[in-house]
Amino acid sequence: MTIRSLTSALSALTVAALAGCMTPPPDLDLSTQHASQDKKFVVAVQPPATPPAINQIHSWQVKLSTPDGAPVSHARISVDGGMPQHGHGLPTRPQVTREVADGTYLLEGMKFSMTGWWEIKLAIQSDAGADKVTFNRIVTDPAAR
Amino acid sequence: MHCARRLSASVALVALLAVGFALSGVATSVDGVLARGQRPWTPEEVGVIASLSLNKLPPASKDPSNAVEAQPAAAALGRALFNDARFSRDGSVSCASCHAPDKQFQDGLPVAEGVGVGTRRAMPVVATGRNAWFFWDGRKDSLWSQALGPLEDKVEHGGNRARYARLVQTYYKTQYEAVFGRMPTLEGVASNASPLGTSDEQIAWQSLPAGQRTNVDRVFANMGKSIAAYEKSLAYGESRFDRYARAIAGKDASGQRELTAQEVNGLRVFIGNGQCVTCHNGPLLTDQAFHNTGVPPRDAARPDRGRAAAVAKVQADPFNCLGPFSDARPEQCSELRFIVAGDPALEAAFKTPSLRNVALRPPYMHAGQFPTLEQVVNHYMQSPAAVLGHSELARGKGDSHAERKPIRLSQEEARDLVAFLATLSGPIVEKAPQ
Repeated sequence: MTIRSLTSALSALTVAALAGCMTPPPDLDLSTQHASQDKKFVVAVQPPATPPAINQIHSWQVKLSTPDGAPVSHARISVDGGMPQHGHGLPTRPQVTREVADGTYLLEGMKFSMTGWWEIKLAIQSDAGADKVTFNRIVTDPAAR
Repeated sequence: MHCARRLSASVALVALLAVGFALSGVATSVDGVLARGQRPWTPEEVGVIASLSLNKLPPASKDPSNAVEAQPAAAALGRALFNDARFSRDGSVSCASCHAPDKQFQDGLPVAEGVGVGTRRAMPVVATGRNAWFFWDGRKDSLWSQALGPLEDKVEHGGNRARYARLVQTYYKTQYEAVFGRMPTLEGVASNASPLGTSDEQIAWQSLPAGQRTNVDRVFANMGKSIAAYEKSLAYGESRFDRYARAIAGKDASGQRELTAQEVNGLRVFIGNGQCVTCHNGPLLTDQAFHNTGVPPRDAARPDRGRAAAVAKVQADPFNCLGPFSDARPEQCSELRFIVAGDPALEAAFKTPSLRNVALRPPYMHAGQFPTLEQVVNHYMQSPAAVLGHSELARGKGDSHAERKPIRLSQEEARDLVAFLATLSGPIVEKAPQ
């Protein structure tokens, strides 16, 4: 084993040890589309293709459909969330401001103030019933890459 | 729970490897700049360190609510107003009294002293052009609107907007008109009048015709916009940390000598088990957000509610981004439109301050509670429960905070961390308005 490989093995382990508890759970569901809690809807979220800077306010789109794929219009969607490992909520109160196409909603006021694991929780109410869905997002700093 | 197990297993492995490493008989320094058995930075750590570096600071975004912020003439007027003590109740207090250029644009006092004594620490005005919210509680949403608050605060400047508008007319009419156009006639405006003043001043304000009230408000708002243009020109220059960060990103061995072994250890703590970088992120070392970290209130009998008491104020402020004196379109006022209100976490939450030049700016916290950085670090190591609200750092009670890893540092790590914080000191530079 060379000095260099020994050193890098050592540092990799140390980082794992140090960062272990702040690392999100390994089995975290990072999908951007899945069924809501009680399977009443299929919900897809679409963040911007280019990751926004930390603290930059931006918009997402939310696509809402029934389990068989029909778009769900005129839903009321409220947003909550935060960082489960830090004990704080979102730095803004994002809001669904309008339905831009059948079953596609504009979610404005999204902002992440730090890197790490964030939860985005949507509470959905529509004629088809009420349900909840949570999305996990690992926010990275574009400046750190 | 599994966190702790994983941690000890990893530590054991690291220890085993370290023994093997030592037995192999090689020097601890691989590339000549490591000391005291330090391991090299991982690519991830290099990325984190780079993200804190001043050269990653994007140009300040334009404030759409202030159309003149990039005008040199506005900045020049603002600079004059900033330093002019006539804009106070008794002619003794200027902005520079508590934001002294030779004291890091602060005053070195636990709580600010204007014509009276305040309840919070004066904040630095350098590099604040990127903030979404101003003051420790964020009760203002722009640099220009922020500048208006102390002018009428009864313990800060203690004056009133009618008097200030007349002063501008008397002493700065030419400069004012060069930036904002013709100054309104202030005929019939009482010498002292303001909706926020003494009862006499409030009565005088109410007796003014609406048009005259608007004229006074306009001149007052424009004072703020000029001061903001000046303040926006104040920036932090490069620190030793920034040179070190650049050196490790560029694999420049000699540049890495900018920091001592102790300071490098402190940086390791800062981005590692100290968890400082969680909130003190980005090139200004702040997430610009509000947190309750259990900092003890100055007066435990009357604890400061911080952000919780500020949200309604900024929403109702006529000088906010959505108000009649803002130059922004409503859709540009995103922070105000999507403001968090009514969240219990806002109780006794205060804004994360920048750590730029922090070692030069004691005392610390929102009411100068701690005279030294050692005490600040000790506070985070203790993470006491909050007197008001709930500390994000308080040890778990089976609630959502249980997953947060406590900040546990050895005394040596705490000392190293304080040493590192001093590497964030650099010059304050005045840049041309952009």
